[in-house]
Amino acid sequence: MSSILSAYAAQLQHRAQSGWRSIVVFVPYIWLFVFFLAPFLIVLKISLAESLIASPPFSPLFEWTEEGVLTLQLVFDNYSYLWEDDLYVKTYLNSIKISTISTMLCLILGYPIAYAIVRSSPTTKNILLMMIILPFWTSFLLRVYAWMGLLADQGTINSFLVWLGVIDAPIRMMYSEFAVYVGIVYTYVPFMILPLYANMEKLDITLHEAAADLGARPVTTFLTITLPLTSPGILAGSLLVFIPATGEFVIPDLLGGGNVLMIGRVLYNEFNSNHDWPVAAAVAIVLLFVLVIPMMIYQHVQSRESEG
Amino acid sequence: MGKKRSTFLFSVLCFGMAFLYVPMIFLIIYSFNYSKIVAVWGGWSLRWYAELFRSQEIWDALVLSLKIALMNATFATLLGTLAGLALVRFGRFKGRTLFTGMITAPLVMPEVITGLSLLLLFITLGDLIGWPGERGITTITIAHITFSMAYVAVIIQSRLAGMAQDLEEAAMDLGGKPFRVLVDITLPLLAPGMVSGWLLSFTLSLDDLVIASFVSGPGANTLPMLIYSRVRLGLKPDINALATIIIVVVAVGVIAAGYLMLRQQKQRERDMQMAATDTVKVTA
Repeated sequence: MSSILSAYAAQLQHRAQSGWRSIVVFVPYIWLFVFFLAPFLIVLKISLAESLIASPPFSPLFEWTEEGVLTLQLVFDNYSYLWEDDLYVKTYLNSIKISTISTMLCLILGYPIAYAIVRSSPTTKNILLMMIILPFWTSFLLRVYAWMGLLADQGTINSFLVWLGVIDAPIRMMYSEFAVYVGIVYTYVPFMILPLYANMEKLDITLHEAAADLGARPVTTFLTITLPLTSPGILAGSLLVFIPATGEFVIPDLLGGGNVLMIGRVLYNEFNSNHDWPVAAAVAIVLLFVLVIPMMIYQHVQSRESEG
Repeated sequence: MGKKRSTFLFSVLCFGMAFLYVPMIFLIIYSFNYSKIVAVWGGWSLRWYAELFRSQEIWDALVLSLKIALMNATFATLLGTLAGLALVRFGRFKGRTLFTGMITAPLVMPEVITGLSLLLLFITLGDLIGWPGERGITTITIAHITFSMAYVAVIIQSRLAGMAQDLEEAAMDLGGKPFRVLVDITLPLLAPGMVSGWLLSFTLSLDDLVIASFVSGPGANTLPMLIYSRVRLGLKPDINALATIIIVVVAVGVIAAGYLMLRQQKQRERDMQMAATDTVKVTA
C-alpha cells in the first residue's frame, strides 16, 4: 500500500513541479518557522544573557565594541543559578513525579473505560464516545474551577461528609498535591482514553476468543495478548498526558497553591512577578530539554500511525 | 469468567463517567444558589445570571474572545489544510523532517513554553522592526493560529491518509491538471475534516488562558483571562452562572452535531442497502 502511495506521490511531484505546489508547502512552513521555531532561538539567546534592571531586562548578546568588532557574550550564570538553587532542582523533580503518577492513574482509569467502550454495541459506543469528548469542548479552566468548589474546606465533599457524620471538621483537600492529582487526572483522562480507544478499535477481538477457547485464563489472555497489542495506544496516551502535565500551570496554581512545587507555575511567576527574564528563559530551556525525549518518541509514534 | 469481567468493566465505566460529570453537575447546581458564598446553600435563584448579564467587563471579554476565535479558526484551517496536504500528498521534499517536527511539537508543547517564547519573539520584533507596537488582539490571534494549525494539520493528515485515492487518480488519468484535481476533487473530500478543524480551532482559542496571558498587553483581557483573575482567590457565584451557560451551549452543540452525524451515517447505510437490493434485482 505504502509503495503505491509513494509512487503516486512521485507522480504528483513530477506533474507539478513548481507554482501552486510550493505555495502549499511554503506558507505554513514559513509561518511555523517564524512563530514557532524562531521564538525558541530567542528564548535560548535570552537564557544566555545577563539580567539587567532595564527595558528589556537583559544584556544584549551581540555587541559592537568601540573598535567595530562584533563580540558574542554568553553568560551561563542563569543555568548555574538553577543548578545551585535547591528550589529549582526540587521543583523539576517534583513536576516529573507528579506527572508520572498522574499518567499512571490516567492509564489505570482510562484503560478499562476504553476497553468497555470498544466492547459495547454501536449505538452505546457513539453515546459513550460523545460523553468522553464533550468535556473536551467545554472550558478547561472552568473544569478546574469546578473542583475548587468540590474540594474547598467549606466545599461540597466536606459539607456532605460532615452532614453524614463521617467527619467532625472539614478535611483539608485544597492546596495540596492530592488536589493537583485529582485536577490533572480529571482534565487529562480523555487524552488517555481516546488514543487507547482508537488502538483497541483496530484490534482483532477474535484473538481473545481464540485464547479463551484454547483454555487460557483471563489474566493470561490479558497479559500475553491484549496488553502487548494495545501498547502503541498506551504509549501515545501516556505521552499525551505526561508531556503537557509536566509543564502544567493552571492546575497547580488553582488547586495546589503555594504548597505544590511545579515548574510551569515557577516559570510563570518568575516571568510575571519577578521579571527575571533570563532566569525564566533558562527555566524554559531546561524544561524543554527534560521533555525533548518524550516529545521525540511521541512524534515517532505519530508518524508511524499516519503512515499506517 | 466473562460475567465477572463485564461487571468490572461496567463499574469502572460508571465511575469514570461520574468522575467526569459530577463536578460539572455541582457547578451548575450552585449557579442557582442565592447565597453569595458559593458552598452555602441559600435557596434557588437566578440572581447571579442577572448579575452576569449586567457586567460590561464580561461582555467585553466575551466579544474579544469571540473575535480572536473566529479569526484564529479561519486562518488556522487554511494554513493547517495546506500543511496537511503538503505532508501527505507531496512525498519527500526538502526540510520535510523539520516541517513534521514543527507540526507535531505544538500539540504537546507545554503552554508556558509556547507562551513565553512567543512573547519574547514579539518583544524582539518590536525592538527590531517596530511591529507589533502594542500587544493585544493581533498577537493573541497569531499565537492561537500557530498552535491551532497544528491540530488542523493532524486532522487533515489522518483524513487524507485514510482516503482512497482512486478518485484523484482517475481524475489525473483523465488528464486533469494537479491543481484542478486538488480544487475539484481533493478539497471537497476534505471539507468535513476542515469543518472539524475549524470547530476545534475555535474551541481551542476560546479555551486558552496561559498563552494569551503571556502575549496579551494591557487592556486586552480575553474571557479565560478574566475568569482566571476572578477565581484565583476563591469561588465566585457569577462565574458558576457563566460556566453553566458555556456548558449548556457546548452540550447542545456537541449533541446536535453527534445526532446529525449519526443520522447521516444511517442514511448512507440505507442508501447502500437500497443500491445493493437494486443491483440484485437488476442482475436477477
